[in-house]
Parts: sequence; structure tokens; C-alpha cells
Amino acid sequence: MGSTIIVNDLRKHYGQVRAVDGVSFSVEEGEFFGILGPNGAGKTTTLEIVEGLREADSGTVEVLGMRPWPRNAKLLTRIGVQLQATSFFERLTAREQIRTFASLYGVAHKKADEMLGQVGLEDKADTPAERLSGGQGQRLSIACALVHDPDIVFLDEPSAALDPQARRNLWDLLRQINDDGRTVVLTTHYMDEAESLCDRVAIMDDGRILELGAPATLVRGLEAVTRISLETGTLTVESAAELAGPGASVDDDGVSVTIGTDDPARVLTALAERNLLTGIQVRGATLEDVFLNLTGREYRA
Amino acid sequence: MTAFTSLSRAMLLGWFRDRSALFFSILFPLMFLVLFGGVFSDMGTSKMTVIQVGQVPLLEQSAAGLGDVLEIQKSDDPAAAREKVKEGDVVAAISQQGDALQVFYSAADQVRSGTVQGVLRQVVAQANAAGVPQRFTMSAQQVEDDSLKAIQYVTPGLLSWAVAMGAAFGAAATLVTWREKRILRRLRLAPVSLGSVVGARVGVSVVIALIQTAIFLGVASLPYFGLQLSAYWWMSIPLIIAGTLTFMAIGLVAGGLAKSAEAASGIANLIVLPMAFLSGSFIPLDAAPGWLQTLSNVFPLKHLNQGLLDVMVRGQSPLSALPELGIVLAFGLVISLIAMKVFRWDDV
Repeated sequence: MGSTIIVNDLRKHYGQVRAVDGVSFSVEEGEFFGILGPNGAGKTTTLEIVEGLREADSGTVEVLGMRPWPRNAKLLTRIGVQLQATSFFERLTAREQIRTFASLYGVAHKKADEMLGQVGLEDKADTPAERLSGGQGQRLSIACALVHDPDIVFLDEPSAALDPQARRNLWDLLRQINDDGRTVVLTTHYMDEAESLCDRVAIMDDGRILELGAPATLVRGLEAVTRISLETGTLTVESAAELAGPGASVDDDGVSVTIGTDDPARVLTALAERNLLTGIQVRGATLEDVFLNLTGREYRA
Repeated sequence: MTAFTSLSRAMLLGWFRDRSALFFSILFPLMFLVLFGGVFSDMGTSKMTVIQVGQVPLLEQSAAGLGDVLEIQKSDDPAAAREKVKEGDVVAAISQQGDALQVFYSAADQVRSGTVQGVLRQVVAQANAAGVPQRFTMSAQQVEDDSLKAIQYVTPGLLSWAVAMGAAFGAAATLVTWREKRILRRLRLAPVSLGSVVGARVGVSVVIALIQTAIFLGVASLPYFGLQLSAYWWMSIPLIIAGTLTFMAIGLVAGGLAKSAEAASGIANLIVLPMAFLSGSFIPLDAAPGWLQTLSNVFPLKHLNQGLLDVMVRGQSPLSALPELGIVLAFGLVISLIAMKVFRWDDV
């Protein structure tokens, strides 16, 4: 397994703004790679340079052994791109959209119709793209990106503005795409999305990669607190503080009492002794904590 | 299917399903045709009644040909005849004393009385030209073209306006919405040449313009409107295509400058609508002041109008339209260069 994407010291600035400021990473074949960061972190610009939509000021990009800039038609047939906005031809039905895109790559209509089935849109085939729901639109957009069977798929914030159920459905679809052996590169500002989908994730802020690795490794490397919450009223704040010992934080928001501790074993044992484990919730550190730890500020998508 | 045909298909389908585009490129101009052509053709085809007072040998000599245009009543009472003119029952009262033809008309109906006077002046002129029989029929024809059959003038003018509007709006709207919706970027990421994309858009615009032409000529040729196309009308097809290209380029400039689809159609409107007025698409420029006629030459639409008029209704030879064709294409070339300057793939 070799690297399919190699990015080295990429830089791009607009006027005084350094959108991308020395980014390097590589993506292995068949990997699910995520670029995570808040809006304006430079994720999309980085992705667009890798796809070949923009020219970098400096640095090198190699995709499948080829340079994406200037526009390289040979490379374009092997990558599939789903853009941030769902870019469809006006007033065409779902089937007409995907068939149009398919024919741009010389792919037969039959294959296009199959692809529509694969993303679960057969019954929406005759619906104009404008009238699809957000989740359906994203799935159609992904189907259009996959119709020519690319080796690498780029997805730019595919789950933005989707309701929770539609997001879950989309995640299943994305996992399936990756399981089929395709390399997937995704940008997202959702921590949980990156955690749930990606083999490795690069955390970006202010045009730089702050940390890169498997989500679990990043979280584990963090000396972060574990949060234990139980229903308000089962335990007073005072007794909770006493039980958790020094160095722990206790917070009561009226619904639940939350104990933040770096020694969860001790707190859980104490709670067990008092028979208070019913309805308890334990949350370990998340990528949000990693971000907080790296930047010193709260993560806001 | 190749990229070119599939893109053309996608654009054509999008156009057919866009009710407002259909309305503005076909129905709206047709409404003008019905208004202008219908109103004037009514006036043209209904005969104008005049009263001949006493003996008018001039009228009787040429009455056979005049019968198409004038309905001649006879009377021997000059005062009663003048009263009828005043009341608008008839257009004019005509009497002849010796060699002098006397016409009484009402200022209330200037258009019709003007027409009758024109007819009579020609009758006189022909009589003066020592009565060669063929001359008469020839000049009667001219009367019909110049002032009677408005549809002959209205059709080419409105058609060129409709085509200009359709091409400019189509190009401007496509460019802006495709940029806004990032279809342009998506196409850049597909192995499609820019030539296929532009070619498909040009092809679709030309097809739309030819559909407009077919519908327009079809409607105008209905007996109610009575358009008579001259023998070389087919020369209008290359003219229409050239006009389409030129106005697409204008639309692309508008689309390149505008930030939104609304702004793009606003800019296109701002360019095309005044140009249509100043180029004589709606009203003939013959009566306009000299400076305006000179000014109108800087508009490509004026030359498109001129060419269409010449070959569609004036019966001029196809070759005579070549200069206008060349001028329209030259405008197109210059504007295309400007369009390339202001073209943007992306909003950013």
C-alpha cells in the first residue's frame, strides 16, 4: 500500500490572509482521511488545491503520481469530487442529472441508474433535483461523484446542514464507499463525524495542521478529564465534591450533576458503593477536547 | 453520448422547463407581435371610405387598382360630403376641378387621412407620368409596403429583438447561475474541454433562436396577420445566427460583471431594451431625427434589423445582406473579447 496523495509544505494566501500556511500530509491507499477544523481554518482551500481547482503559491501536491495543476484530464477521470454546494443542472430530474454527469466521463446510462440505486434514490429518480431534501441532495451529489468509479473520492463537508437522521444515513453510505476499497478524503467541522468515520484525521486551524493521527490516538494522548453525570437530586453538589475528592469539578445545571475528574475509577467505585450507578453517563475525552487542548480555546464549528 | 451532446441536452431541457424563460423568449415578443401587427393589420386591411364629389376623372381612371385600398362612395353635395368627413364616417372627400384635385380630410384621424393623401398623391403622380399602365400596379404595391401592412415592418423588428433578448438573457443567466451553483467548478473537475461547454451553450442558444424564428414567422404568416415573406427570406437564418452569437457575447459580459442572476438579467435588460428602441425594433426609424438615425448605427441590433428587413420583406437579394451580416459578426467578435476579459470561473 503506497501513498495516493502526498502534500508537501503547501502555501496559499489571499492578500494578507494566509489561508493555507505550510500544510504537509499524505494519504494511504484505501484510507478514510479527514481534515477537521472550524470554518475558515483552510480545509476547503487545501482540498481545492489537492483536487486541482486552485494553484498553490508554493509547495507540491501529488495525486496518484500526477500533479493536479494545471488541469490534468488524465487525473480527473480517477478522482471523484463532491463540492460543498450541491451543484446540479437546473430543472433536471435526479436521473437526468446523474446520466449527464455519467456521459461527461463516457459512462453508460445503465451504470448511472445503478449508482442511483446504490445511494437509495431509485424512487426519487424522476424528482427534479431542486425538490430533493438536503440528505437526498447530498446522496445524489455523492452518486454523481462516484459514477465513473474513481480511485479517490473528495467530499467537502458532506453532512453540513443535515438533520441527525440524514447524517447517520450519509455516514453509512460513506463507510460503504470506503469499504469498497476507495480512498476517501473528507473535510468536516463536526468532531463526532471525524471521530466516527476517519482512519486518520488532521486537525486544522488558521491554515496549519495542529495534529495528525487516528482519532483514538489523539484523544488518548490527551490528559483530559472524564465526565460522569447523574440525575440532579440523586446526589447533592456538596456530597459529590466530597466524593470526587480534590482536583475534580462539580457542576449542576438543574438536569444533571456532572463530575469532571482525571481519576474516573475512584469516582465510579465510590458511586457504586452508594448504589448510584443507575442512569449514569460516562464520557471520555473527544476530539473537541483535543482541539481545546491544542488551541486553548473552545471548539466552535 | 459525448460531453457536448449531453451538456446540450441538459441545457435545452432546463430551458424548456423554465416557464419564465419560455415566456420571455417566445410569448412576450409574440404579445407585441399581436399588439402591433394585429392593431395595424386591422387598420390596413379594412378599406378606407372616401367620397367622390361630382366627377373626378382621375379617380375613375385608376379606380380598378384603388379598389383594394379605398372604398369610393359618390355624392353630388359638397357640403354634405364635408360634414361626413367631419363626423368621421368617411376619411376624405375628393373633388376635381379641371386639373386640380381637392381633398378634404379631418385632422382627427391623421393616420388614415395621411394614408389617403399618400394614395391620392400617387394617383396624381401617375397621371402626370403619362399613364403607362404597368406603373400603376407597381406603385400600388409600394403603398402597401410602406404604410399599410404594419406586420411587414413589425415582424423582422420584433423578431430581432426577441432573438437578442433570448440570447443575451440565456447566456447571462446560465453563466451566473452555473457559477453560483458551482456547476462550472464541477465541470472543471470532469474531463470535459471548455470547448464542449461553450460549444454546447452556443449550440443551444442558436437552436432556441431558430425555434423563436419558426414560431414568429409561423404566427405572423397566419391569414389574420398576413405576413408576406419575400423570396430570399432564408437569408434571415444566417443573420439570426450571427445576431444570436453577438447577443450571447453581450449576455456573457453582463454575466461576467454581475454578482447574482437578478443583477445579470438587469444588466442585460439595461443594454438590450434601450437598444431595441433606438435600433427601430419597435418603431421605424425613418421618421426619427437624423442624429438618432446616425447614432443607431453603433448598435448591432440596428444592423440585424436592417438585414432582416431587407431579406425578409423588402425582397432584396441575399448578397445585399452580407455587409450587415459582417457588421453584426464584427460586433460579436469585439464583444466576445470583452466577455473573455471579464469571465470568472468562481465567485471568489
